[in-house]
Amino acid sequence: MKEEIIIAGFGGQGVLSMGKILAYSAIMQDLEVTWMPSYGPEMRGGTANVCVIVSDRKISSPIITRYDTAIILNQQSLDKFEGSIKAGGLLVYDPSGITRVPERKDITVCSIDAIDVAAEIGNAKVYNMAVLGAYLKMRPALKMENVVRGLEKSIPSRYADMIQKNREAIEKGMERVKILSEIR
Amino acid sequence: MTEKILMKGNEAIAISAIRNGVDGYFGYPITPQSEVMETLMKEKPWETTGMVVLQAESELSSINMVYGGACCGKKVMTSSSSPGISLMSEGISYLAGAELPCVIVDVMRGGPGLGTIQPSQSDYSQCVKGGGHGDYHCIVIAPASPQDMYDFVDWGFELAFKYRNPVIILADGIIGQLMEKVELHPSKPRRTDAEILAAAPWATVGKPAGKERNIITSLSLDAGTQEAFNRKLLAKFREIEANEVKYAGYLTEDAEYLLVAFGCASRICEAAVDMLREEGIMAGLLRPITLYPFPEKEISRLASRVRSMMSIELNLGQMVEDVRLAVNGKCPVGFYGRQGGNVFTPEEIMEEFKKFNNLK
Amino acid sequence: MDTLSDIKKPENLVYGKPALLTDNIMHYCPGCSHGTVHKLIAEVIEDMGIQDKTIGISPVGCSVFAYNYIDIDWQEAAHGRAPALATATKRLCPDKYVFTYQGDGDLASIGTAEIIHACSRGENIVVIFINNGIYGMTGGQMAPTTLIGMKTSTTPYGRDPKLNGFPLKITEMLAALDGTAYITRQAVHTAAAARKAKNAIRKGFEYSAKGIGLSFIEIVSTCNSGWKMSPTDANRWMVENMFAKYPLGDIKDVLK
Repeated sequence: MKEEIIIAGFGGQGVLSMGKILAYSAIMQDLEVTWMPSYGPEMRGGTANVCVIVSDRKISSPIITRYDTAIILNQQSLDKFEGSIKAGGLLVYDPSGITRVPERKDITVCSIDAIDVAAEIGNAKVYNMAVLGAYLKMRPALKMENVVRGLEKSIPSRYADMIQKNREAIEKGMERVKILSEIR
Repeated sequence: MTEKILMKGNEAIAISAIRNGVDGYFGYPITPQSEVMETLMKEKPWETTGMVVLQAESELSSINMVYGGACCGKKVMTSSSSPGISLMSEGISYLAGAELPCVIVDVMRGGPGLGTIQPSQSDYSQCVKGGGHGDYHCIVIAPASPQDMYDFVDWGFELAFKYRNPVIILADGIIGQLMEKVELHPSKPRRTDAEILAAAPWATVGKPAGKERNIITSLSLDAGTQEAFNRKLLAKFREIEANEVKYAGYLTEDAEYLLVAFGCASRICEAAVDMLREEGIMAGLLRPITLYPFPEKEISRLASRVRSMMSIELNLGQMVEDVRLAVNGKCPVGFYGRQGGNVFTPEEIMEEFKKFNNLK
Repeated sequence: MDTLSDIKKPENLVYGKPALLTDNIMHYCPGCSHGTVHKLIAEVIEDMGIQDKTIGISPVGCSVFAYNYIDIDWQEAAHGRAPALATATKRLCPDKYVFTYQGDGDLASIGTAEIIHACSRGENIVVIFINNGIYGMTGGQMAPTTLIGMKTSTTPYGRDPKLNGFPLKITEMLAALDGTAYITRQAVHTAAAARKAKNAIRKGFEYSAKGIGLSFIEIVSTCNSGWKMSPTDANRWMVENMFAKYPLGDIKDVLK
């Protein structure tokens, strides 16, 4: 099993921490991971993206250009990465910032209204976890118990209440994900 | 059981320093390695192990703080990125000239000049061939993962004290920023004053009345004395070359073609080798782990068996010069590199490899 | 009476070389202030009984070989960097006495960043600053502290502020920093001046043990070779000219 994922959006949307929680959850399941951010001037306010690789074998190159899954949170990122998804792959996106819908027909496309989930929970910070939930529903390789352990490892213990809220957002994200087109 | 933590290469350097009994870290912020000092400051090791952590006013000052700390026989280190290493070069030459042990981490970025902040391997020549003035070598070790970053701190100090010589951990922006699972091995306490005196009887920590005083200097003035010292250094370097070479081969034994790459480039090459093998092309990879001493014997041995070698680097072609020297005409040697902070992909390397070797 | 053996009786001893000064023949020119200042430092360390706890850091300049003359552990720094070495040494060995010995080129020119930040951080070290207004070791070039009109090998027509800038009163600058505890300017051209300078050096070492910040002792000095004067003329010239620009006395003492 090897899953190569790109997560991309604006700085501040929780792109890097979503990747980190995903990576930690995989470690809790005894898998190998790499988490490689794009770093540089764009860290300050512009687009942010992180490439996460999860595998049951040792991972060689952390640098990849084709992805099994793209998790997309803004239009610029959709434009940049839609073409890089492998045929038969998965695209999860938040439609709120999207003006041009995905066009690929050879991949599974689904959307998640993550802002609504965050509003219901009453904390904007859990937005990225709703997106993560949508992804985990579509690619159920990671067990929920390991995701919770990943959350516990990533969130400082003084924010213990946030672990519960994040878990709630993940679960709601799993429920709310909309499959727009599916490749089987 | 060892603890497994997801961390960046830069964080691994900091956590390893604390857990391996390092006495002092002196640094100055520069992208892409600022997390090293940030992590140390966040962890407050002065409250636990007593480790000193200080933000200096410049790289010039931080390397000279390392010099002062090393004079006391302490395990001291610094980290920086390319332009900062240029500023440190004076101090590194003095450290080598005074035969002082220390660990210097270079998380390389694109240059020359201010360059970019993205990953690069363009300080190979600077670090491996000298960088500062005078006849000397630093021992240079090249990590390829956050786990290596963690492990190489302790290994670096072992080498530094064994040979009384500066050690450079030559990483790059990818290894610094990449997060992976890191196993934290059982920790080591800092050395006691008595242990330091036993390991470093030359240390300047105050002399009792009856004892000869210790003087740490790199100054000779007399040409004969200086030459004798240079010869002593040469003997030390020959010993290092005989004892400390380290490399990792990947599918080298049945390889018809060899890629040579260090650090992050070696991992990208490993993926390229897998892809080439899937197409039935017998490629292999040699990853030098010590860049000085360079694995020239192994390269020479493989050169008589393979059809060609290709050095793959994130620069304009620096290590390839050492590969050519080691190959010594036994097989054709090619080079492919990217610069400026751009990173090649496995597909790109495969394509260039085929071009060089006239394969389809 | 008055035989050599009588004179050498311990009870007749009025003056001796400090035990901590080595027997190495000093390389300094006759008349140079360095020898006197070395002797004062050796006496202070001996008086305080801290030989086994003291680490000296020598500079680049004439006093690069200071380590040959005082019998303690020494580190020899790169040009200007002594305060960085001292910072690490003191922080890693907080129970030791750490001092730097630096000239005006080393401290006030190439090493300005290091001295300013060591002062600003309030490192608990002692800095001995020898100011003779000239580069001695390299053969008499202009120093940052060279006086206006003073001739050196790189200001052969005299220092002109339009060409060469103004003399740097770095000691006053450092006194403005919160991390300095004791700042004074002394000289060693007379026995009385040397006694005062010795007291100042001792105070510096005592303050450094109190953990209240950096102590900085400037010694306005002569370089009769560089100035191209006899030792006595150099002393006279220093009193008339150097003291006018660099007046003696305490500049800052946080415990007063």
